[in-house]
Amino acid sequence: MSTPKTKETSRIDFNPPSEGWMDTPVKIKPGIYCHPAKPEKIKDVDMPNAHSWSPLHDDWNLPENWKEIFFEGMRERLDKHRSFKIFMDICVRCGACADKCHFFLGSGDPKNMPVVRAELLRSIYRGEFTTAGRILGRLAGGRPLTKDVIKELWYYFFQCTECRRCSLFCPYGIDTAEVTIIGRELLNLLGLNINWIQEPVSNCYNIGNHLGLKPHTFKENIEYLVDDIESYAGVRINPTFNRKGAEILFITPSGDVFADPGLYTMMGYMMLFEHIGLDYTISTYASEGGNFGFFTSFEMAKRLNSKMYHEAKRIGAKWILGGECGHMWRVVNQYMDTFNGPADFMEEPVSPITGTKFENAKSTKMVHISEFTADLIKHNKLKLDKSRNDHLKVTFHDSCNPARAMGMLEEPRYIINNVCNYFYEMPENTIREQTFCCGSGSGLNASENMEIRLRGGFPRANAVKYVHEKFGVNCLANVCAIDRAVLPASMDYWVPGVNVAGISELVANALIMEGENEREYNLRGEEIASLKEEA
Amino acid sequence: MAMTFSFFAVIAIVVVALIGALSGLHFVFGVILPYAAFAIFLVGFVNKVLNWASSPVPFRIPTTAGQQKTLPWISDSKLDNPTTTIGVIGRMVLEILFFRSLFRNTSTELRSGNLVHGPAKWLWLFALIFHWSFLLIALRHLRLFVEPVPFLIQGIESIDGMLQVGSPPIYISDLLIIAGVTFLFMRRVILPRIKYISLAADFFPLFLIFAIAATGILMRFVFRVDIVGIKTLLVSLANFSPVVPDGIGVIFFIHVALVSALMAYFPFSKLMHMGGVFLSPTRNMANNSRAVRHINPWNYPVKFHHYDEYEDHFRDVMKDAGLPLEKE
Amino acid sequence: MYDSDKIIPGLIIFVGLMTFPIWSSIGKAEPKPEPKIDTPAINQMVKKQCVEDTHFMKTSHMQMINDWRDKVLRDGERYYTNSRGEKVMMSLQNTCMKCHSNKDKFCDTCHTYTDVKPYCWDCHIQPKGIKQ
Repeated sequence: MSTPKTKETSRIDFNPPSEGWMDTPVKIKPGIYCHPAKPEKIKDVDMPNAHSWSPLHDDWNLPENWKEIFFEGMRERLDKHRSFKIFMDICVRCGACADKCHFFLGSGDPKNMPVVRAELLRSIYRGEFTTAGRILGRLAGGRPLTKDVIKELWYYFFQCTECRRCSLFCPYGIDTAEVTIIGRELLNLLGLNINWIQEPVSNCYNIGNHLGLKPHTFKENIEYLVDDIESYAGVRINPTFNRKGAEILFITPSGDVFADPGLYTMMGYMMLFEHIGLDYTISTYASEGGNFGFFTSFEMAKRLNSKMYHEAKRIGAKWILGGECGHMWRVVNQYMDTFNGPADFMEEPVSPITGTKFENAKSTKMVHISEFTADLIKHNKLKLDKSRNDHLKVTFHDSCNPARAMGMLEEPRYIINNVCNYFYEMPENTIREQTFCCGSGSGLNASENMEIRLRGGFPRANAVKYVHEKFGVNCLANVCAIDRAVLPASMDYWVPGVNVAGISELVANALIMEGENEREYNLRGEEIASLKEEA
Repeated sequence: MAMTFSFFAVIAIVVVALIGALSGLHFVFGVILPYAAFAIFLVGFVNKVLNWASSPVPFRIPTTAGQQKTLPWISDSKLDNPTTTIGVIGRMVLEILFFRSLFRNTSTELRSGNLVHGPAKWLWLFALIFHWSFLLIALRHLRLFVEPVPFLIQGIESIDGMLQVGSPPIYISDLLIIAGVTFLFMRRVILPRIKYISLAADFFPLFLIFAIAATGILMRFVFRVDIVGIKTLLVSLANFSPVVPDGIGVIFFIHVALVSALMAYFPFSKLMHMGGVFLSPTRNMANNSRAVRHINPWNYPVKFHHYDEYEDHFRDVMKDAGLPLEKE
Repeated sequence: MYDSDKIIPGLIIFVGLMTFPIWSSIGKAEPKPEPKIDTPAINQMVKKQCVEDTHFMKTSHMQMINDWRDKVLRDGERYYTNSRGEKVMMSLQNTCMKCHSNKDKFCDTCHTYTDVKPYCWDCHIQPKGIKQ
C-alpha cells in the first residue's frame, strides 16, 4: 500500500454527497484504519472480549451478546457522565463544528464532520434510550444498532484525535473528544481496540512505558544521550534513576528517550537540570508520561496514571516535574488528581531555584517543564546565547491538549522568544486555542493509517507552509512527544525543509553551561556554523 | 423526506386546530390543550434537567479558550479560561446571552490547494437575532396574561412597537424572528453540509416557530381578533377559572394549537439546549483542577502494577544495571 | 459532583418565571374591562349603532381609523361609505369622539387592559379633563 501523492490528497471536496449518512454504509479503507488489537495484549491488562478479527472481514467475531454489552455499557456511562447525557441530548446540528475538524478538512469524508461523528452514536442513543426514538425510529433521528453500525463507530472513533477543536466553537460546548472517549470505551467492551493503542497500554502497564523499554534498557538509552551531550557540549551529566530522597521526580513521555527528534528534547531537559543544579531523579518504573490508557477507557487511564503518584510516594519526592507532552498534560491537568489523588504525601511545588510557588499546581503537585523553564528565565537563572539558534526560523505549534484542556499558550512562546531570535506565528485561526491537531494524536500515530494521518495533518502543515513560504520558517517547535514523533512525516510530505523540535532542545542549544566546549555542534550533532551558512 | 414530513406535521396541526375551532371545540382548543401542553412543558423540562443532574460530573473538563492562570507575571484569560466562580459566571453569561463560542466561528475554504480560514459571523448574528426576538416576543405576550400589565412588559412593548408603522404598529421583534427563522431554514436547504446533517427534528421546530410567528402576525394584521376577549380567556387560564368568551376568531385557536405543540414537544427535543447550555461541563467549570482537587463520586480503586511487582519481575536486570532496589 | 445546590435553585427560578402569570394573579380580582357607551350623544340615538357593526369595531377600529387618517391627510378624501351604504365623515374628533366623548371610560378601559398605547393623541387634542 502506498500513500497517495500530495496532488491527490490536497484535492478535497467539502461538499457531501446527496445520499444521507444513515443510508451510506461504512466502507473501510486501508490507509485509514489501524490494525486491530492483538488478543494477548488485551488479556495482558485484563480487558474483556479479547479476540481475533480483521477490519476487512465481514464477520468481526463479536461476542454473542454484543448488543446487550453495548447497550448496558451505554446505560452505565449515561449514568456516570453528565457530559455524555447532555451531549447526546442537546445538539441542534447547527454545523458550526463541521469545518473545524482536521480530519474532515483533510479527507472531505462527511462522517468526519464532528457533528456526524457524534450523530453516529447519538442515533443509536435516540433509537434505544428515548421514547420518541423507540416509537418513531428514523423520524426521530433514531436507528437500530447493527453489526454494520459497530463497524462504522469503530472506523470513525478511530479517526478522531480527541483534539477538542470542534468543542471550542460549539455554542453548547459539546465536546466530541468526550463522545469519542466514551465511544471507544464501548468498543473496548467488545474487544475492538487498535493495536497501536493496546500494545503500548500493555507495555506501559507491565514494563513501565509505552515502548516497552525494560529498566536497564531505559537507563542505557539515557546514558547514550548523556554520551552525546558530552561529545557535543563537552559537559558530563550524571542523571540518577529511581533515587530515593530526590526532591523532584521527573517524568516525560518515553518517546523522548527512544526516538529522534524527541531524544534531543530529552537531552535538553537534562542539560537544563544540570545547569541549575536540580535535585531530581528519573524513574524506570514510572517511565511514561503519556497515557495511551486514556485512549482506551477512563479506568485504563487511571490504572496507568497511578504509577506516577505511587512512585513519587515511594521515593519521597516533594513534587513531580512533567516533560513536554500533549495528552499527558490533559490527563495530569484534568484527571490525575481526581483519579489518584489526593497527593497529600507531597508538598506544594516550589521552584528550588527561584522560590516561585506554583500555586496553580498546589493540589496535583505536578508542574509542566515549560512553566518551570519560563519561571527560570524570568528570574534570570539561565545563561543563554540566543544567537546559537540564529539559523532557525521558528514557529510554534500549540498542541491540542495543552492549548484546549489547560491553556498553556504564553509559557512556551516566552521561552522561545528568549532562546531564539527568529520567531514567527502561523495564521491566527490555526494557533493558540484554535490550533490544529498534528493529525495523529490519541493513539493514531501508527504507520498503516498513514494516509489519514497525512490528510489529518494537512491543516496544520498547510499553516506551516504559509510561514515557511512567507518567512522561511524551518523549525516547527512544539511541546508534545506525539508531535515530535509524527510531524516530521507530515512536514516531509507537505512542507519539506521544516524540522521538528521540542522547546527544551532549543533551550539547551542556547544554554551556556559551566565547563562547556566551544559548542560548535548542536544537540543533533550538526555543525552550527554550516547550518548558519545554509540558512 | 425529513423536511417534507416536518412540513406536513405542522400543516396537520393547523388543519386539526382549524377543524376543531370551526366545529366549536373552543374549550378543547382554548383551555384543555394549552393546559395540557404547558403541564407537559413544565414537568418535562424539569424532569429532563433532573435526569441530567442525576448523573454526576466525574471530571473537570473545561474547554480552555485562553491563557491559563500560572505564573503571576503572565496575565490569564479570566473569561475564556476562568479559574474562579466569578470568571465562570462571566463565561456563562457571555455564552448564554451572547453566544460567545459561536462568535468565534470561522469558515475554511480550499483555495488553490491551500486552506484559508476566515471569520464567519452570519450564523452567530442570525442565531442571536432569532433567540433574542423569541425572548422578547414571549415576554411581551405577558401583556395578555397578567393584569395589570407589569411596568417592564409595558416598556418592552413600547420599544418593540416604536416604529409606529401602521395600526396596530408593527413589532420589530416580529420582523426579526421571521428573518431569523428564515435564515436558519435557508441554510439547512442551501448549504450542502448543513443539509446533509439536518434531520426531521431540525426542520420541525423551524416550521413550527415560523407557523407560530406567521399566525401571530396574521392575527394582528389580517384576520383581526377580539383582543380583549383573548386576554379575558388567558387571564382566566392563569387564574384556573377558565372561560372562553364568544367571537374570539378561528386563527387564535390555530395559533394556540401551534404554541401548545411547541411546548409539548420542547422537553423531548433538541430544544432542551435551552436548559442544557447551563449544564455543559466544558463551559460551566473553572480550570483549576491542579489547584483544587475535583471529586469523582464513583471513583473506585483499580488494579495497577505495583512497584514491588515490577521490582520482583525485573530485579536481576535492575541489579545488573546498577539501579537501586528495595529488596536485594 | 452533582451541583444540586445550583441546579435545584435554578429550576425553581425557571418554574417561577414560567408560572409568573399564575402566581402574580393570586389574590387579585379579575378585572374585565367594561367600556361605557352611556354618553349623552349615544343615549339620544334611537338605533344605537356605530359606523360599522360591533364585532368589526371591536377587532378592527384601529385599522379603520388609521386608514381614515391616510385618506384624509394624503388623498384629501373626507367621506367614508360604510357597509350599510351610509356616508360618514372621516374624523376622529368629529365622528368617533362625538359619540364616544368619554375617552377614559370607553377607549382607555380596553387599551389599558391590553397595554395598547395608541398614538392618536400625539397629534389630536384629548377631550378635556383627562390626563394622558
